[in-house]
Formats: sequence, C-alpha cells, structure tokens
Amino acid sequence: MILLVMSSNVLAQDHNPFAGDSKAAKAGEYEFRINCAFCHGLGARGGGRGPDLSKTTKHHGNQDADLFRTVSNGVPGTAMPANGTNGQGVGMTDEEIWQIITYIRSIEVKAPAQSAGDPSRGRRLFETDANCSSCHMVNGKGGRLGPDLSDVSTSRTRAALIESVRNPSQRLAWGLTESTKEFAQEYRTVSLVTAEGKKLRGVTLNEDQFTIQVMDFGQQVHSYDKSQLRSLTVTRESLMPVYDEKTLPDRDLSDIVAYLLSLGSN
Amino acid sequence: MMTRTMQIKQLHKSLTPLCHFAILITALSTYAQLTSDRLLNSAKEPQNWLMYSGDYAGRRFSALDQVNTTNAPSLVAKWVYQTAATGKLETTPLVIDGILYATAQDDRAFALDARTGRPIWMFQHPVPADIRPCCGHVNRGLAAVGNKVFLATLDAHVIALDSKTGNVVWDIVSADYKLGYSYTLAPLVVKNLVIVGVSGGEYGIRGFIDAYDAETGQRKWRFDTVPAPGQPGHDSWEADSWKIGGAPAWMTGTYDPATNQLFWPTGNPSPSNRGEGRAGDNLYSNSLLALDPDTGKLNWYFQFTKHDEHDWDATQVPILIDPDGKRLIAQANRNGFFYILDRTTGKLLHADAYAHTTWSDSKDTDGRPAPNSQSSPTLEGRTVCPGALGATNWMSPTFSPGTNLFYVTAREQCDIFSTAPQPYEAGHAYYGSAYFPSDKAEPYWGALRALDPQTGKLKWEFKHLSPTWSGVLSTAGGLVFTGDAEGNLIALDAVSGKPLWHFQMGGAVYASPMTYSVDGKQYVAIAAGSAIYTFGLR
Repeated sequence: MILLVMSSNVLAQDHNPFAGDSKAAKAGEYEFRINCAFCHGLGARGGGRGPDLSKTTKHHGNQDADLFRTVSNGVPGTAMPANGTNGQGVGMTDEEIWQIITYIRSIEVKAPAQSAGDPSRGRRLFETDANCSSCHMVNGKGGRLGPDLSDVSTSRTRAALIESVRNPSQRLAWGLTESTKEFAQEYRTVSLVTAEGKKLRGVTLNEDQFTIQVMDFGQQVHSYDKSQLRSLTVTRESLMPVYDEKTLPDRDLSDIVAYLLSLGSN
Repeated sequence: MMTRTMQIKQLHKSLTPLCHFAILITALSTYAQLTSDRLLNSAKEPQNWLMYSGDYAGRRFSALDQVNTTNAPSLVAKWVYQTAATGKLETTPLVIDGILYATAQDDRAFALDARTGRPIWMFQHPVPADIRPCCGHVNRGLAAVGNKVFLATLDAHVIALDSKTGNVVWDIVSADYKLGYSYTLAPLVVKNLVIVGVSGGEYGIRGFIDAYDAETGQRKWRFDTVPAPGQPGHDSWEADSWKIGGAPAWMTGTYDPATNQLFWPTGNPSPSNRGEGRAGDNLYSNSLLALDPDTGKLNWYFQFTKHDEHDWDATQVPILIDPDGKRLIAQANRNGFFYILDRTTGKLLHADAYAHTTWSDSKDTDGRPAPNSQSSPTLEGRTVCPGALGATNWMSPTFSPGTNLFYVTAREQCDIFSTAPQPYEAGHAYYGSAYFPSDKAEPYWGALRALDPQTGKLKWEFKHLSPTWSGVLSTAGGLVFTGDAEGNLIALDAVSGKPLWHFQMGGAVYASPMTYSVDGKQYVAIAAGSAIYTFGLR
C-alpha cells in the first residue's frame, strides 16, 4: 500500500501511519536530535528534565494517540512544551511528529517481566539502613534535600537508577543551552559563610548574579545577597554520598531499585 | 484580511475658535513629521529613539546623561507593560515625541504613552498556524518614517501602519512562508525605502534583502544573497546547492550617509551543520555586504566564515566607528573573533579573538582567521568552541564615543558538533544533523566584555552566571546597561565595568535596552520575560 501524504492535516492522530517504516524512523531520529534530545538525551535515554523514552511504560500513556498528543500539546504544568513553543529548534509538522514516534518505537526496550530484586526488602533499606529517606521523599514521606522519587518508575530505567546511586555527581541533564526555565538543571551543592561568620552547607534552590537561595541540612530555606557573604562556593559535586559496593552491596542496591520501580504500579 | 486596532481618541467639544487654533498648534508640535532628515540627524534629538539601533551607525548609544554614574544606584521602576503573551519578547521599542512603538510575540504591534506605559493603539497581524519560525514567534521591533511605522512578519509580510492609529496603510507579501521564508527583524528606513532581510536559514531558503517604497509598498529592489548562475560568486556553490543555499539576512543593518552605503550582515549557508554537497566558500553566507541603498547593488563584501559548518551566522550589528577620522566598521562575530574593516573598501584591518575559540590557530593571507583541522563536525561528534549559538549572537553590541569602547555580550559555551546526511524537503527543517552542549566545556557562562576597537584587546569584563541573550546600551551618563538570563537589568560604570545598580525583573532577557526622555525625564527601557520595563530617577 502506498501511503500518500498530501498535507499534515490529513493524517489521523490516533495511529502511526509510518509504523515499522525504517526510513521514517531515520528521519525521526534527525527530528529528535533537533527538537527533543537536549531534554530527553541522545538516543532518548533521558536527561535531567526529560524522562527516558525507551521505557514502554510512559508517564502520560504509551499508545500512538498518547505520544502524538504529548508531543503536540506538551504536558501543561510541566517542562514538556507544546510543539513549536520551546524556542529551540523548529515547530514540527504532523508528519514529522509521527516520524519521531516511529523512531521512539524503534528504540523502545521492554522491561523484563520479572525484575531483579525484592521490593519489600528494598523499601525497608530505603527507609532505614540505607538512609535514603533522610533526603528523598516518596509519596509524601521522607526528606527534602534530594529529588522526590515517587514517580521515578516511569521516568528512569533500572540502569539509570543504579548509576545515580553509584555515581551521584553524574550529570543529570544534557542541558538546554540557556536558562529558559526558572530553575537550574542540576543540583548544586553550596558552602557559604555569612557576614556574621555562620557556616552553612546545603543545596541551591536558585541563584542569580546577586542573590542565592539555599536549603540547608536542617531543611531550612535561606536567602542571601552575595555581596553580604564572607565566602561562597557552589559546585556540582553532589551532596548525596557515593554509595559504593562497600557502603551498599549490589544485592541491597538491587532491592532498593526494585522498590523504586514498583512505585505507582498498583 | 482582518485587522483589529484600538485607539483612544480625545475629543474636544464646545471650544472657542482660539482654543481650536491652540489645540491645532499643540497637535502639530506633538506629532511633528518624522522626516528622513530627522533620521539622518537622530543625534540631535537624544530624547527620542528613532530606529532599532538608535542611529544609522548602529551604536545603540544615547547622549542622555540625566541618569549617570552618580545617581544610577538609586534608579527605580517607572512603569511596566505586560504583553500577556508566551514565548520570547525580543523587541527594542522606538520612542518618537512621547509615544513608544514596539512589537510583541506573534506579530503584535502597539503604541504606548512613553510617559506612563498606557496603551494608545494595538494592531494584531493574523499569523497563520503553519508558519515555520526556527526560534520562536519573535519580532525585534518596528521602523518609522513620515506618519508610518513598519512591521515585518513571521509569514513574510511587510506592513505599513499609520503611526497614530495602527491602521494598515499597505501590506505586501514578500515570499512564501510555507517554504520557510519569514521575518523577525526590525526593518531599517533609509531615505524613502523600508529595508528588510529575510529569515529561514534553517529551511534551505534562498536569502534576500528587500527595499520597499515607504509610501506605496512597491518593491524597489531585491538583493539575492545567494548568486544565481551568471552572477558573481555563483561558482562558490557546488552543483545545485545554491538553490537551497540559505544565507538569510535576518538582522537590522547599518547605514553610512557620507559614503551612501548600506551595511547588511548575512547568516548561515544551508544546511547549517553539514558542508558536504555544497563545496565552496558559499557566498554570500556569513558575510557583511556593502550595498548601494538606492539600487541594491553590491559595492563590496567580506565573508567572516567561509563554507560554514557550525551555524555561525554573521548576523551581528556592524557598527560604524571613526577613530581619528578613519572610516571603519566593527563586528564582534558569532565565530569568536572581533573584526575591524575599512568600510570604504571592505579590507580587513585586524581580527582578534574576544572569546574562547578552538577552531582557528592561524590567519590567512588576508589576515582572516583560518580554520584548523580540528573544527569540522564528524559523525561521532567533535567539540568546538564557540558552540553553535556562538560567542555572541543577534543581541546588540554598543559603541560609546565617550569611552571609545565596543561592548558586547559574550557567551562561553562549546558544543559537540555531529553531522549526518539529511535530504532537503521544502518547508522542513534542514540542519544536516545537530549539536549538543559539551560536558567538557562546563560550566557555561557569559560576560559583558569591553573591547578596544583600535587594538582588539579586552579592557574589562563583567561575568554573567550563565550565557545571556541580552544586548547592551551605552549612554553619555557614563553607563552601560545590560540584562541577564536570570532576569536582572544591570547598570555598570562604562569605564571600569563596576556594577552600580540592578533590578530583578523576573523573566529572562532576550532583548536589548534603549533609553529616551519625556517631559525632561529620562527612562531606560528593556523587554524581559513578557513585559517591557522602564526605569528612571525617583
């Protein structure tokens, strides 16, 4: 069957007219690079803001119609912009969106039916022995210094989660080339000394040329004028401790990751 | 075609004949004709801002000095106008005799009372849903002459509006927007011509600069930036690659009345990231063109980046400078070098790096930076500095005759350039693969740099936390003003670079500041986020 594409408006929006077409997948890869890769990463493996799209479970649905809608309209209230509105790259025609979806289908990897690790043991470790809860919240329970992990099962692969624990300073975001959003892409660790000589360590919540907003270890928020500080150091070295093999054996890590991947699946 | 305008009319009823006469006199002086002569002598009316770059030399400098290094620390906000639109606001307002004229996202044009920010009229061009802008639904401002202001639109129209009401006087279609042709720039009026340069280098267009009669909208000339067979420069393109050669002309040029030359910069060849298939220098991409404004004929050209593979559009404002009476033109180019040319001949006098560059270690026989063997993109990707967005971009530099320094917003960011074959399809984005921020070059940052045009050397720099898209303004008050990506407007001492004042506007700056005066009070204005802010003394 020859598919004649006369105009972008003629294409249906509920099923992919290029399904399985390797040329369309290739064209989609180019489009993805230009329009999507800086949030979703090279090869769609995820970035600081955009989830890994190789997972077959996706946050806003994985049917053709879901993907088309998510790309066209964005996800209001999140960093996912509507087609053509992100000021980066160019707006895509319907045909180009289906090519991107064809590309995504070509790199999708189904998660194994039986995932390794024991989620209940993992939960116990997360909340007690491994001390993850002191900085990370899950479903409203836990600390505030690190990211909320309630929804991580649909946005990160097992491999990415293991990497984040073994190598916390690993770059999260492939990064936009400018701050078009209100918040920085990466977690930044800050050490400062105030005019009164008070020392403080924590994470930056926001920063500009003249001011910095910080959450300290006690989970208190502070605002400072940089000109009033005795010293200020901001680094990308994560505050999260490095959980190496000795601190957290492979089996424990596997259970914790299994717990995180089980969240939201009920 | 429908247009919607709003105007506030003031009706005076039951007046004596003497009052009628007085009102008439007032009206005439308030709305004195904006003649071409006034544009040529813009320096004589520093209270007004008559064109995009402030004057024909492109200096973005104001002779106003009421706001100066002594009182700048006490600047306060005067008024704010919110466009309530999404997307980047890139406009530089004009101010003519107490009325501010500007544009917003999606080709809205409007006039405000420059004293209070209150709207006088608004015009909304109906923009089609299927336009092809590369970089947002942006517009950088209007041009004005006589009783008209001029808007160039995302669907490739050039429109003349009545400056008192916003009513459409004429509306001309320049090119087919479905093929990727578009306008984002503020036009330039020279004599009786409205001059515009087209956008669309991301779509394999064939670029041009057009001149339209200000009265009638008739096109007087077109200069094609990619030469056709038989035209000089055509042999700098392999085979048929010229047909989709790009070379857009999307930033407002400058003009030298003394030598009657129009200076217009051009952008990237297509596809921007892949040189294979378009062997040759690819004229006149990434060039400065010196045109005769009456005929559109080319006097001379200078190409900054030959056979570009990094998307280094040379679309930066080329500023006329006259040290010791020499007739020069200066451009801090996107490729990381600061070029000084003789503007009569186009001869390069010197080129010096003003940002971190890795693509060139040597100069050719003309003194032009020559690429080394480590600069071309590869399939696997190669890190090159500056990145694709450049050591600077379209944001305005400024030249201050007070300090004789050239101030430019610099971006320090490197990219991994990768390339792969991509077929051309009309109306589809055409890059030849892409570029990514390079981890190794982190953290990215920016700086406002003060350069000495005589030597090419850096005098001072003020570091930005992140690379910014803000332009720079200089004033006779001894100040330079710039914005940043985190939403600050900053006033600095023009001699030392010391920051004197700042204000957090709450939205990233994608525009260049300007200044004007009404009723003897100076205002500094800039677009930030989705609003226009003005500042002045208490």
